[in-house]
Amino acid sequence: MPTRRLFLSACASFALAPALAPAALASVPTRAVRVGLTPVFVDDQHGFLADWRAYMGAKLQQSVEFVQRNSYREIMDLLRLQKLDFAWICDYPFVYLHKQVRLLAVPLFNSRPFYRAYLIVPARMTHVTSLLDLRNKIFAYADPYSNTGYLEPRYQLRQMGEDPTHFFRRTFFTYSHINLVEAVAVGLADGGSVDSFVWDSLDRDRPDITRRTRIVSQSPEFGFPPFVAHHAVPKESFLSMQEMLLTMADDAAGKVLLKRLNLDGFVVGDARNYELVARMMRAFGEE
Amino acid sequence: MRPLRSFFNLSYRYKIPLWGAFLIVATAVIISGAQFPRAYDNIKHDLLRNATSQGQILARMLAPALRQDQVWQAYEIIDAPLHDATPDNTMQADTLLVLDARRQVYVSTRPHSLPMLADFARRSVEYGQVAASIAKMGKATRVIEPEASDYLYVATPIVDVQTRLGTLVQVYSKKLLWPRIEASVEQAGWVALLALAVLVPLNWYWGHRTATPLLRLTERMEQLSHELPDELPTKIYDYEDELGRLFRAYNQTLQQLREKALIERGIIHSERLVAIGRLAAGVAHEINNPLLGMLTSINTLRRHGAPDARTNKTLTLLERGLTQITETVTALLVETKVNSRDFAPQDIEDVKTLIAPQARKLRVTVAWRTELAEPAPLPSTLVRQVMINLILNAIQAAGEDGGVEAVVAVTGPTFLFEVVNGGRSLSKAQVEHLFEPFTNVGETGRGLGLWVCYQIVNQLGGNIAVDSTTVAGTSRTRFGVTLPIAAR
Repeated sequence: MPTRRLFLSACASFALAPALAPAALASVPTRAVRVGLTPVFVDDQHGFLADWRAYMGAKLQQSVEFVQRNSYREIMDLLRLQKLDFAWICDYPFVYLHKQVRLLAVPLFNSRPFYRAYLIVPARMTHVTSLLDLRNKIFAYADPYSNTGYLEPRYQLRQMGEDPTHFFRRTFFTYSHINLVEAVAVGLADGGSVDSFVWDSLDRDRPDITRRTRIVSQSPEFGFPPFVAHHAVPKESFLSMQEMLLTMADDAAGKVLLKRLNLDGFVVGDARNYELVARMMRAFGEE
Repeated sequence: MRPLRSFFNLSYRYKIPLWGAFLIVATAVIISGAQFPRAYDNIKHDLLRNATSQGQILARMLAPALRQDQVWQAYEIIDAPLHDATPDNTMQADTLLVLDARRQVYVSTRPHSLPMLADFARRSVEYGQVAASIAKMGKATRVIEPEASDYLYVATPIVDVQTRLGTLVQVYSKKLLWPRIEASVEQAGWVALLALAVLVPLNWYWGHRTATPLLRLTERMEQLSHELPDELPTKIYDYEDELGRLFRAYNQTLQQLREKALIERGIIHSERLVAIGRLAAGVAHEINNPLLGMLTSINTLRRHGAPDARTNKTLTLLERGLTQITETVTALLVETKVNSRDFAPQDIEDVKTLIAPQARKLRVTVAWRTELAEPAPLPSTLVRQVMINLILNAIQAAGEDGGVEAVVAVTGPTFLFEVVNGGRSLSKAQVEHLFEPFTNVGETGRGLGLWVCYQIVNQLGGNIAVDSTTVAGTSRTRFGVTLPIAAR
C-alpha cells in the first residue's frame, strides 16, 4: 500500500561524505553525498525524490544519493556504521543516537518545529474517548523506533499505571505512519498512535482515508523529526548542507518542494526540544 | 383443456406450422438450457483454476510474513488482489483471509466482519463447515463448497519448510459466475435464434405444402355426399408417401364412382325404354283388334250397303284414317320374330343402293368401310332396317355437302355397325330422350326411326349407343351398334 500513497515519512535521514570537498580537490571525482530516508512516499515518491535530489545537487554542487530502507532500525544501523552522511530521522532515534549524530536542521510544520501524536480509532468506534477505552483491543504501532507511533502511547499507558505489554489484546507494526492510518481506517486495528504531521498531510492529499478515522486525543508537543549529521561529517559539508536546507524557503524551487512535503521551511533547531523524549525513554530504562 | 382442444380443432393449415414452430422453439430452448450447467461448470472450473494458482502464489508470499508475525505485510499481500478489480474481472475474490494454525483469523480483508483473532469456525454455521474441512485438509489446495451456500472457498495451506503456519482462504461469491454464464447462454440463445430464423420459415413452407393438399382433399370428400367433385390435380402433391397415396386412392375412388353413376343412368334409361316399349306394344295390341274390326266393317258397308257418292267419300276418309292408325301402331310394334335369312355382304350393297338417292339429293358423301367377308347369323331384314334408318338419319344430320362414315365389322362374337356424321352435335337433353318414340330431331318423319332401331337392337340382345361431341369447333356424332352373333 505505501506504493500507492503520496509521499511522506515521518522520519528520514541524510548523510554527507565525511572529510571531503575542499575546493582544491574539486578536480578529484567526489563521492556522492549519501542521504538516507525511511520508507514511504508514493507513486509520486520517486518523482519527488528525483526533484529534491536534483535541487540539492545543484545547490551543493555535488551529487546526492538517497538511501531508503523499510524500517527506522535499518537507517539507524547505516548511520551508526557511517554508511550515511546525513539522515532525516524521527526524534526518538535522534535521542537514541545522540552520541553518533548532531542536529543539522529542523523542519517547520505549521511554521513551528513541533509535532504531536494523535490517538486515532476507526470513525465508527464513536464510544472511544481515551486510550483506556482500547483495553483488550487490537492496537497498531508504527515502528519500534517511532516516538509518536510507539514510545508515546506506551509512555501514556505507563503514566496511567497500565502495563503496555499486556494492555492490548494484540499489537502489530505497520512500519509507516501512512500504513498505520490505513490499518485503522479499514478496521484492521481498533486504534493507533500516529504522527500528526503525517495525518494532517494525508488529510490534505487523501481525505478519503483520514475521513474513516477519528482523532480521539492529542499528545503534548514534541520536537519535529530532525535532519541530523554524523559527527564524522566535516564542518564544510555540515555547513553547506545546513545552509542549503535553511535557505530552501527562500527560492521558488525550494518552496515548491516544501509545499509538496507540507512543510514551511527549516530552522537550526534546539536540542532542548527533545528532552521530553529522553525522559520518556528513561522511563522505559532506555538511553 | 379447452384451449388445448381448440388448438387441436384448428385447421392443419395453422396446426402443422404452429406445431413445427413449437417443436423448433422447444428444441432451441432445451439446447440453450442445456448450456446452463455446462457453462456453469466451465466457468466455475476457470474460477477455481485461477483461484488455486493465485492462492498458491499468495501462500508462498505469506509464509515469511506469518513467520515474522508481520500482520500488516500479510494484510498488504491479501489486499493486493482485490485492487486488480476491473468491472469485467469476474474472477475477483470477495474476501481473502489468513487463518493461523489454531484457525483463528490472523488477518482478513474484511476486518469488520472477520476481525483479527476471531474464532473463524464460530462466526457462522457455514464458516464452521469450512473450518472443519480446513482442519482435515492436507498440503494441497482444497475447494470447499458448503451446501446451499452462495460462496466458494479455496483454502491453501501456508507452509514454512515443514511447519503449517496457517491457511489462506479465498472466498468467491457464486454470483460472480452469473454474468459470464449469462453471456455464454446469451450466445447460445443467439445461435438458436439464428437457427429459428432459418427453420421457422422452412417449417412454415413445409407445413403449407402438406396442409394445402389435405385441405383440397377434405373439401372434395365433404362434397362427395351430394355431388361428384373434380379430380385432384396430382401435381399439387406428387410424392409416394401416405398423402400421395391418399390422393391417388381418392382419384381412383372418384373414377369408380363416376363409372358407377354412368352405368346407373344407363340402366334407368334402358328400363324406361323397356317400359315405354311394353306400354306401346300393349296399346298397339288393344287398338289393333278394334281397328281391324272397323276396317272390315267399312269394307262390308261399301260392298253391300251400296253407299251413295257422299257416303262413299266419307267411308274413304274413315278408311284412310284408320289405315294410318294401323300403320302407326304397326310401326310401334316392332316385331323381330320374323324368319329371315342371315345378313350377307350382299345386304350391304342393297343398303348402299337404297340410301343412294337421298345422299345424292343432299350431295352427302357416304364413306364405307366394310369388313364383312361372309354372312353373319343375324336376321338380315332387321339389320338392314337399322342400317338404313341410321344412315338416312346421318345423311339428314350431315346436311348439304356433308360427310358420313359407315363401318361394318365383325370382331369375334360381335357384329359392329357404326355411323358417324359431322353435323351439329346433339345436346345432352336430346341424347337423353333420343331413343324414345316421337322424338323428332331432324324435324322430318314421325320420330319413330331411332325408336325402331333401339327396339330391334334391344330385342336382338345388342346395344346401341350415341356419342356426340364438339371439340375445337369440329362436331362429331357417332351411333354405334353392337349385336351378339349367336353361335350356330
